[in-house]
Amino acid sequence: MPENILLDPTAETAAAIVPRLARPQSIAGKTIGLFDIAKMRGDEFLDRLDELLTARGYVVKRYRKKHFTHLAPIELKQRIKSECDLVIEGLAD
Amino acid sequence: MRAMTQVAVPHIETSGKPAFPGGTFLAIVKRDCPTCVLVMPVLREIERHIEHLGGTLQVHVQDDVTLAAGFSHAYDDIVLATSYRYNIDTVPTLIRLKDGREDARVVGWLRSEWQSLTGIAALGEGLPAYRPGCGSKTLDPGMPARLKVKYGNSGLASRRIEVPPLSDPVETCYERGWSDGLPVVPPTEERVLEMLDGTARSPNEVIGLIPPNLVPCTVEKVAINAVMAGCRPEHMPVVLTAIEAALMPAFGLHGVLATTNACTPVIMVNGPIARAIGMNAKGNVFGQGNRANAAIGRTLQLVVRNVGGGRPGEIDRSVFGSPAKYSFCFAEDEDDPRWESYAVSLGYSPRASTVTIFPGDGITQTIDHISRKPEDLCRSYAGCIRAIYHTGHIIGVQAFLAIAQEHATVFYDAGWSKARVKEELLELLKIPVREVVPGRSGLSGLTVEEKADADNLIPKFKNGTFNIIRAGGSAGKYSAIISSIGGRGSIEPVTKEIK
Repeated sequence: MPENILLDPTAETAAAIVPRLARPQSIAGKTIGLFDIAKMRGDEFLDRLDELLTARGYVVKRYRKKHFTHLAPIELKQRIKSECDLVIEGLAD
Repeated sequence: MRAMTQVAVPHIETSGKPAFPGGTFLAIVKRDCPTCVLVMPVLREIERHIEHLGGTLQVHVQDDVTLAAGFSHAYDDIVLATSYRYNIDTVPTLIRLKDGREDARVVGWLRSEWQSLTGIAALGEGLPAYRPGCGSKTLDPGMPARLKVKYGNSGLASRRIEVPPLSDPVETCYERGWSDGLPVVPPTEERVLEMLDGTARSPNEVIGLIPPNLVPCTVEKVAINAVMAGCRPEHMPVVLTAIEAALMPAFGLHGVLATTNACTPVIMVNGPIARAIGMNAKGNVFGQGNRANAAIGRTLQLVVRNVGGGRPGEIDRSVFGSPAKYSFCFAEDEDDPRWESYAVSLGYSPRASTVTIFPGDGITQTIDHISRKPEDLCRSYAGCIRAIYHTGHIIGVQAFLAIAQEHATVFYDAGWSKARVKEELLELLKIPVREVVPGRSGLSGLTVEEKADADNLIPKFKNGTFNIIRAGGSAGKYSAIISSIGGRGSIEPVTKEIK
């Protein structure tokens, strides 16, 4: 039985497609996480961002997962969420 | 409910035109049907005959196309597209086409009709004159709804929500906020169509406005939420009546939802339907483990949540809530004729099936292993019932007392009716004015005359209802109080017959 189409059980007053979280208007005063997924040369990109952001007085926190082919562990995602206001992730080499 | 035809007697539908040789014929068969296997040589005879005259015979097989090996036009109809298109309910079915449209059909095997349809005089002479057919696979359990969604138009109006790729539909339901916290059954079109088979009412019929947002609720929305709650189609009549009862102004569903109190709608079913759909009235009656009890009660809660928009922390301001807010639904135990049921006491026929909705916080058990006289047992009850909310609380309080078998036997043996027990309890539940607490329940609810003497006795249920029902297991000297806020004119029990 195809289960990928569901009938809406609600009054249908909310949008069918949930919008993405709005980007912050400003990063002033925000704690910024730099997340290295362990893909080649991602660290170079993030190191440079770290330099630039730190020089401008932002609080920067660094995170790295063990290997890019593995999902980030829940604990790591929860730590990033609890410690940062926004996160920049280096996705590709 | 849709009838499931398993075996059909052959019949013929013709346009009245004479049978004709040649032309185009279409046969629908399945290997699993002995009559189909029996008629395969007949179909070969037809093919030979009509091909000779320039016609064709298409043989569509529902389960195993090798049954038609050797035919010039053999088709695998395992997806049942052709069977659905021709609305096949029995196999074998032989259809005569004219100008691409159906001209006539026969179902099952009746030699004379096949001869008449094909115009072949000696057709199937070696076979018995008559054999009934078998049910078409289009009528397998769940298949009508599946095929309607796949090849037809389900006619359902609700918005379609696509589950993101690689996502679990159950998780999507959580993410959308459709769940009460427990997993829900994903409401696919097939499941909702099957649920709607449980009622003759139109999917687009509006059954009422669901608080708090006063949203028109269609039978289709109820069916969607019933699927999610785990209902069977046969639960639908109870579900629909329960929602309609809950929407009656006397019940005050908005208040029950919005209050800071713990109460929630309780559904009690009386009459033959309770047994028919397997509801529990006996051991663990208010507990887990019975599908009908659990799913019917949960459907009402999900309808309030999803259609009405009533959610905890929003309009639902309950301080504690209650496990009963997942589901609180049961049947009254009507097995012992010595006491009439709640519905009968209201004037309904014992043959009527009814739903009663009343508010309840959950249950408080009373234990009395000692009393053997009805007067003693009533005194035990009175002490427990008086304590609802506060021993001095008299305004806006009501209760149902559920008496289990062993306690009921004390009253049966003494010849006491339900009404007699109620009368005795109401007498014992009179509270001296000096013990009535001021405040929310307080003295402001008393008249000047009542307050004039501190010894004046005021009923515990001064403006609330008190009722007695039978429910629960057979072992143990227990009864249970289902308490709630409410009272006449605000939140009252309501009863509605299931039609």
